Amino acid sequence: MAPHTQQLTTAPAVAAVPAVQLRGLTRSFDGRTVLDHVDLDLPAGQFTALLGHSGSGKSTLLRAIAGLDHEVVGSGQLTAPDRVSVVFQDSRLLPWRRVLDNVLLGTEGREAAEKGREALAEVGLAGRERAWPNELSGGEAQRAALARSLVREPELLLADEPFGALDALTRIRMHVLLRELWERHRPSVLLVTHDVDEAIVLADRVLVLEEGRIGLDLVIDPEVPRAEYRERLLAALGVTSDSR
Amino acid sequence: MTTSTSRTTDTHDTAASATTTSAPVNTVEGKTAVRRRRRRGLAPGKRLPASRVVGPALFFVLWAVASAAGQLDPAAIPAPWTVLKTAGRLWTSGTLPTDMLTSLERAAYGFALGLTAGVVLALAAGLSRIGEALIDGTVQLNRAIPTLGLIPLFILWLGIGETFKIAIIAIVVYIPIYLNLHAALSGIDHRYVELAEVQGLSRLQFVRQIVIPGALPGFFVGLRLGVTGSWLSLVVLEQINATSGLGYMMFQAQNYGQSDVILVGLLIYGVFGLVSDSAVRLVERRVLSWRRTLSS
Repeated sequence: MAPHTQQLTTAPAVAAVPAVQLRGLTRSFDGRTVLDHVDLDLPAGQFTALLGHSGSGKSTLLRAIAGLDHEVVGSGQLTAPDRVSVVFQDSRLLPWRRVLDNVLLGTEGREAAEKGREALAEVGLAGRERAWPNELSGGEAQRAALARSLVREPELLLADEPFGALDALTRIRMHVLLRELWERHRPSVLLVTHDVDEAIVLADRVLVLEEGRIGLDLVIDPEVPRAEYRERLLAALGVTSDSR
Repeated sequence: MTTSTSRTTDTHDTAASATTTSAPVNTVEGKTAVRRRRRRGLAPGKRLPASRVVGPALFFVLWAVASAAGQLDPAAIPAPWTVLKTAGRLWTSGTLPTDMLTSLERAAYGFALGLTAGVVLALAAGLSRIGEALIDGTVQLNRAIPTLGLIPLFILWLGIGETFKIAIIAIVVYIPIYLNLHAALSGIDHRYVELAEVQGLSRLQFVRQIVIPGALPGFFVGLRLGVTGSWLSLVVLEQINATSGLGYMMFQAQNYGQSDVILVGLLIYGVFGLVSDSAVRLVERRVLSWRRTLSS
């Protein structure tokens, strides 16, 4: 936990070079503005969660940073690191490749294969290298997807509701795993989620996106009771205590 | 006893199976009580052993019995043993092996040509927009014309020899292979395209590691249709425009009223069709082995 607290006290003000820098990022679909001049710095090594209603532009923001928005109208400046990995809501494993070959997708050589095995071991899937994706449970498949993103040693890990399709118990295990992996490898993480508790548990900093802008930017201090953050975030998301 | 009870009614009622293990099951009442708690299964149940041969075997038995009892006119439907005897005679007297070889050759050439054309065109149309614009509409137009209707034109162009037969078979074969492979190639899941981009795959890697393997199931559907199509067109071609081959043999037999020879021809066509289809399915099972894990 020590590096965790330290990270909190130093970030985001002291961080030297931001891993991701957005200036006036605007994206629109069919004339509807989804992102409206978003300015955002993600310091290197920070774990950030991005909350918002469905349709608030969370995924659009993530896809813009990932460089996946080819046919989208937009403007603004965006800098992101070279090595970016994305974890999707579905594991997106290719059913015709065995687990290890899925993890190695886009890499080459014997060295990569060794890294792939290590990554699988790290996510607790040692011994399942030769399994077909169909044989994995939902949680295992998502672990394999995490291993696939780790092999590339990303400077930035983008995760688009990666645990949204998992059951509650598996989700808790995955939270622990993701946090461990982050502490070991220290990529910058941007986790898109609609789960307020997930955001508070995992992230050092929580952003709320509303109407295409960053509406709230909170640094999470583990000393402060979670309920306090929870209240503020829910309020920012328009969920008041009477409506609950 | 316990295991057999829980196996025959394989629903997942844990409470019921707990009863099965704890309760004395050797009493009839105990068993019925357990059974009653299960839902009625809607699945058709376990497959009968050798279920694929039961129907044909029964058919042959009926045929043989009816022939032996003299219920069938031997001139119209000869007995199974007559057909076998005729097959043996035709084989040893020398015409059958060459007829079979000729037919096989035609089907094989036509199929190979059609397969190559189908795959090449589908790849060109499925992997490039220019290829799609040039090829897809043309093939769809070709598909709308019944291929067997092209026979008269092809005879005029290519003569009544082997070339036109092989050309017709090739056209019948290439269409389903093209259609299915092209549909599979262009229908590749968009999520996999995104994945390939994220993983930094090159265009060639993307095609080889994602598009082609993803399109293989569709290709095999087309391949099986193509194999069937090659036999179908062969039968038609050999019966109306041939001077050798199995169809020619059958056509001659029709003129002389030899129904046993016709049945020999049909039998061999049937065996050819069955063997080639099984071969394709075997290859399919091997190549798409990852799919089988779904059922386990």
